[in-house]
Amino acid sequence: MRNFFDTLVSRQDMIQTAFMEHIYLSFVAVAIGIALALPTGIIIARYRRYAEPVIGVTAVFQTIPSLALFGFLVPILGIGSPTALIALIIYALLPILRNTYTGITGVDGSTIEAGRGMGMTRTQILRQIELPLALPFIMAGIRTATVLTVGIATLATFVGAGGLGDIIYRGLQSYNNSLVLAGALPVALLAIGFDQILKWIEKRTTPKGLKN
Amino acid sequence: MIRFEHVTKQFPDGTEALKNTSLVFPTHKLTVVIGPSGCGKTTLMRMVNKLEKPTSGDIFIDEKPITDLEEVQLRRSIGYVIQRIGLFPHMTIAENVSLVPRLLEWPKEKTDRRVEELLELVGLEPEIYKERYPLELSGGQQQRVGVVRALAGDPNIILMDEPFSALDPISREQLQDDLRNLQQEIRKTIVFVTHDMDEALKIADTIVVMRDGEVEQVGTPQELISNPANDFVKSFIGLDRINRQRSFGERKLKEFLAVFGEVPREGALQISGEATIDDAFSEMEKSGHPYLQIVEAGRTLAYVSDRDLVKAALQKQEGEKV
Repeated sequence: MRNFFDTLVSRQDMIQTAFMEHIYLSFVAVAIGIALALPTGIIIARYRRYAEPVIGVTAVFQTIPSLALFGFLVPILGIGSPTALIALIIYALLPILRNTYTGITGVDGSTIEAGRGMGMTRTQILRQIELPLALPFIMAGIRTATVLTVGIATLATFVGAGGLGDIIYRGLQSYNNSLVLAGALPVALLAIGFDQILKWIEKRTTPKGLKN
Repeated sequence: MIRFEHVTKQFPDGTEALKNTSLVFPTHKLTVVIGPSGCGKTTLMRMVNKLEKPTSGDIFIDEKPITDLEEVQLRRSIGYVIQRIGLFPHMTIAENVSLVPRLLEWPKEKTDRRVEELLELVGLEPEIYKERYPLELSGGQQQRVGVVRALAGDPNIILMDEPFSALDPISREQLQDDLRNLQQEIRKTIVFVTHDMDEALKIADTIVVMRDGEVEQVGTPQELISNPANDFVKSFIGLDRINRQRSFGERKLKEFLAVFGEVPREGALQISGEATIDDAFSEMEKSGHPYLQIVEAGRTLAYVSDRDLVKAALQKQEGEKV
C-alpha cells in the first residue's frame, strides 16, 4: 500500500496527463457516437425495414474483440488518437443506436395516433412525443456506451493514443503492480463517476408523468 | 355537414373496407356508425380527417371537397377521440388539453381560460387536475380528458372511435350520459364509431348500420327498432331489443298461441289473431263474453279467457328477465 501511494506521488504528472487523455478519448468518442447513432436511430425507427440490417452491422462490429479491432485499424489508419477514437466510436454506436430505436418504437402507438389525428406534423410528433418518451431509454444507452468506452479506452495505448492504458501497460512491462493499480483505479473511478453523472441526468430527463 | 359520395377504400392487400358508399352526416347531430368489427366503420371515420385516403370517390365538409384542404390544418379543425385514449403521459392534463390550441398558436391567456372551462365542463376541478399527469387519473377521468382535449380547438366536427369501449361499465354509462348532455350544449357534428348497440341506441340522433364495407341502413334509433331494413340489421339490433321496445299491450294475440289453450269454449267472441292484447281486453269488457275465439283465415287458433291473457303477460315478463 505504501508502495502504491509512493507511486502515485512520484508519477503524479504522468498519471495526470494520462487521466486527461483518457477523459478526452472517452468523451470525444461518446460525443461523436451520439452524434452518429442518435439520428440513425431516429431514422431507422421511422423506416423500420432498415432497422434490422443497420443494427445488425453495428452488432457485428461489437463482436470483434477490442484488441483485434485496434490491430485491424493500425495498417489502415496508422497509429495515434484518430485510430483509437474510430475504434471507440464503433463500440459506442450499438448501445446508443439500439436504445434509441427501442425507445422510439416502444412509444405507445395510441399517443402517436392521437397526435397525428389532432394535426401534429411528423416533426412535432418526433420532438414533442416520441423523443421525450424515449429519452430515458436513449440516456440508458448513452450510459452503457460511456462505461464501455471508458473501459476500452485503456487499449488506446497500443495504437499510441495515450490514456490510462499507458500507465497500466508500463506497470505490466516493469512488473510494477503499484503502477498497474495507479492506472487501473482511475479507470474504474472514471467509469463509476461518468455512470453516476449520467444516471442523474437520466433521472432528470425521465418525464415527470412517467415516474411513479 | 360531412358528405361521402361513392367512396371506396381498398387496402393494398386487396380487402375492400368501403364499397361505393354515399352518406351524409348532418350538422349538429350525433351520428353513430355501428357494425361488427371489420365492417369498415373505423376506416370510414378516419377518412374524414384524412388519416385514410379514399381509393375513389369524394368526401365533402360543408360542400368543400376535403382534397382541397391541407391535411394538418384539417385535422386541427376536427376533434379526434380514440379508443385507447392516447393521452400524452409526459404532459400534464392542462398540457394535454391545450395541445390543439397550442398548435393553432392561440394566445396563452385564451388557452388557459379554455382549459379551465373545458375541465369544468366534464366535472374535473381545474385547480386539482390541471397539473396532474394522466397516469394519476382513473380510466374514466382520462377519457373525459380525452374528450375535452378533442373539444379544445373548438372544432365543428368531432370524430370518436369507440371512445368508451375500454372503460368499465359504470364509467361507460356515465360518460355516455355526459356526452349526451354535453352535446345538448355544444351541438357539434359528431361521428361516433362503436360496435355496441346499447350505446348507439342511447346516444345517437342517427344510426348508420354497416356490414362488409356497405351501409345496411340509416335511421333514427326508433326507426331502426320499429322498422329494421333486413335480417342483418334485425339480428344486429337483436330481436330482444325490438320486442322489448313494444309494450306488452301492443303485442298481437297470435304471438302468444303457445300459452293459450285449444279447448273449445261456449259463447266465445271471435277475434282476429292480428288484434293486440289491449284490443282483446277491451273487446271482452265491452261484449261481456268470458272467452275469445282467436281466428285467422277462417281457422280457429285458440280459445282464451282473461286469465289466460294475464298468464301470457306474466310468462312473457319472466322470459324477458332471462
